[in-house]
Amino acid sequence: MANFYTDTPELRYHLNHPLMKRIVELKERDFTDKDNFDYAPYDFEDAMDNYDKVLEIVGEICGDIIGPNAEDVDHEGPQAIDGRVKYASGTAENLDATRKAGLMGMAMPRRYGGLNFPIVPYIMAADIVSRADAGFENLWGLQDCAETLYEFGNEEQRKKYLPRVCNGETMSMDLTEPDAGSDLQSVMLKATYSEADGCWLLNGVKRFITNGDSDIHLVLARSEEGTKDGRGLSMFVYDKSSGGVTVRRIENKMGIKGSPTCELVYKNAKAELCGDRKLGLIKYVMALMNGARLGICAQGVGLSQAAYNEALAYAKDRAQFGKAIINFPAVQEILSVMKSKLDASRALLYETARFVDVYKAIEDVQRDRKLTPEERTELKKYSKLADAFTPIGKAMASEYANQNAYDSIQIHGGSGFMKDYACERIYRDARITSIYEGTTQLQVIAAIRHVTTGTYLGQMKTYLEQPVKPELEFYKEKLAKLTEYYEKAVNMVTDKKDTEYIDFHARRLVEMASTIIMCYLLLNDANNNEELFKKSLIVYLNHTESEVNKHYSFIADFAPEELGYYKYVSAEEESAQEEV
Amino acid sequence: MSLKIIVLAKQVPDTRNVGKDAMKADGTVNRAALPAIFNPEDLNALELALQIKEENPGTTIQLLTMGPPRAADIIREGLFRGADGGYLLTDRAFAGADTLATSYALSCAIKKIGNYDIIISGRQAIDGDTAQVGPQVAEKLGIPQITYAEELIGVNSESITIKRRIEKGVETVKAKLPALITVNGTAKECRPRNAKLLLKFKHAKTVSEQINLDEDYTNIYSSRPELILNEWSTKDVDANLEECGLSGSPTKVKKIENIVFHAKESKRLGASDDEIEELIVELITNHTIG
Repeated sequence: MANFYTDTPELRYHLNHPLMKRIVELKERDFTDKDNFDYAPYDFEDAMDNYDKVLEIVGEICGDIIGPNAEDVDHEGPQAIDGRVKYASGTAENLDATRKAGLMGMAMPRRYGGLNFPIVPYIMAADIVSRADAGFENLWGLQDCAETLYEFGNEEQRKKYLPRVCNGETMSMDLTEPDAGSDLQSVMLKATYSEADGCWLLNGVKRFITNGDSDIHLVLARSEEGTKDGRGLSMFVYDKSSGGVTVRRIENKMGIKGSPTCELVYKNAKAELCGDRKLGLIKYVMALMNGARLGICAQGVGLSQAAYNEALAYAKDRAQFGKAIINFPAVQEILSVMKSKLDASRALLYETARFVDVYKAIEDVQRDRKLTPEERTELKKYSKLADAFTPIGKAMASEYANQNAYDSIQIHGGSGFMKDYACERIYRDARITSIYEGTTQLQVIAAIRHVTTGTYLGQMKTYLEQPVKPELEFYKEKLAKLTEYYEKAVNMVTDKKDTEYIDFHARRLVEMASTIIMCYLLLNDANNNEELFKKSLIVYLNHTESEVNKHYSFIADFAPEELGYYKYVSAEEESAQEEV
Repeated sequence: MSLKIIVLAKQVPDTRNVGKDAMKADGTVNRAALPAIFNPEDLNALELALQIKEENPGTTIQLLTMGPPRAADIIREGLFRGADGGYLLTDRAFAGADTLATSYALSCAIKKIGNYDIIISGRQAIDGDTAQVGPQVAEKLGIPQITYAEELIGVNSESITIKRRIEKGVETVKAKLPALITVNGTAKECRPRNAKLLLKFKHAKTVSEQINLDEDYTNIYSSRPELILNEWSTKDVDANLEECGLSGSPTKVKKIENIVFHAKESKRLGASDDEIEELIVELITNHTIG
């Protein structure tokens, strides 16, 4: 009888942000859908109530079905039988429940059978599902691929595939290959056009494909013979019912074990080209990745919540030295820092989701008519902010999920090391979040240009302009000081005008920017709702202060000539240097 | 093959999460302190109906519930899961009904709805635990009944075959249609609410609820009649007032007693050999061991 939405008041708070007014306005366009669809909203309040009510369903399914199934799914896992995937029985039950509840294709337009939800409530559902079972979020969250099909496929493809996704068919994005992981430019899967069949044929192998036996696949393949880089790659849609792809094996993973990670063999698999040739990687996969990264950000936040809940419950229950361990200062500090990281990363998640929402909705308006100059400015502003916030959201939420999972086990003591408590599963599940859809290191690379070009600093200054209650002024002043430190640190690094030097300090600068931004968001949250957020603001601000100071002094004291000591030099190179 | 199904459902206080305020000082249930929910076994009944509907396109499901105006929630909850409509029996004259008066009122309403193939209800409600209403309705309608249903084996336009849970196993029985089925809590759990149906029917209201509506959506009912929920009084179902509510209820509550459970089965023993010996002898004598 648990409800993972209503039991966490922070979620409802984030859903009801003032920017939702603009987002709903853009998504619903004068609420004209109500004349054609009996489930479309009548006005803003009705739309917001719709999101709230559907999230209640999500919370209920997560509390009653997906959460309770998580342990069995983790133990049972999926199997590859005769080239096909058989899900764990709990996974099948979860899928059945989410399908019957109509939670597939949530963000798709109504004309294709979707709910036309903005990203914010959709990503909130992902946050809730991840708390229940992060592995299941991967299967459910792959409905994201429908977004890419909607954006880049033609109308015929939209009409053919999107209603199927909304009806509960699953998707996968087949990108990675044995020799093409982070470096997707090296993808080799071959696509050749067959005049005889009147379609493209795919041949080759893909590896590490989440839900690789899905009904509808998006496949990155080399359509331009003789090319070697990303410009020779195109995107294809493969429909499982046409046949030609088999599952060779399922990886035996450390975590998210319920989600089948497949090795796929393509033998003359018939496929349709999606979008234009040669834009597969450079345009479509990049767009797909940004959506997927926001999804992993939500997965991290959901896992952080799960880790915190488990730790809190155990600390209240476990007695040592005659009292519950939650009464010991050391345990209290761990718990309050966990909660503050959870609240901070969640604030960043929904801020990012709102930015994505505004720019995507304007882009969608653009498909039907020319934008006004104001709309064009708005599009540019939010698309830049989304681009800047997505990598730091993904990086920070996934790192915090790992830290919180670690701390959750620490609170459990020896029992946490045993397989008896959920914290060990959360720990294993969290580990992948800072790796897939681009490692934290790759997120830093994506984020650093917003450090050097001042996107983050500009946004900090915008936050700084927002007035706060007198009792919070003190914290705002502290934050203004940290912002100055950040600005100085950035200048110290960029003044050297050396890209290698910037790359070396990139992680530090991006972390400084991220933590300060999260503090600003928590300040605003505490200003709106002290009861929910003030504690986390103070705890997280203290944490940020020490992090910023640490990074600042590292950068200030760092001698550029020491850079060489961080490099790996092979024995041959070393001897060659000595000879010189 | 399309079938007409009526699901009997009741709104009950959630007695599963009883706190210290659950009972009033006079020994009656404090309904205000307990959330009103869809009776759990009636949800199993609804799931069975939805399964029949899924397997037999064209089948329709109507919910029938008796209760105060707020029991319209039961019909909405049914619509959110795939039912086609419903009837709320609400009238002061129905109040205070025991199982006899309840089954009378429900059977009047069913006759009024008419033209049904299957009536499905939960085995019993968690507030009264009598398990009498379903069987009594079947008797009043003069149709066969299958109680303790756990699983649907098959259904056609003539008959229904059901696996039922009995004390020491299961039994498969077949009944001619129309028939009444009461469903056990061990049957398949009800599916979750469906997002689209929820968004479509969240504004569905009875006429008396519409009157009290302070929102701006009052104008939608003229263009969307499917959002108007049927509300029936004693008059609407041609019920004889004598047989309704308190006057139609021969059951009289004589006395309510508060029971405090004592652990009378536990026994505290010392660690001496004599006392352990004594316990062993006692356990052997009453055949607990040996």
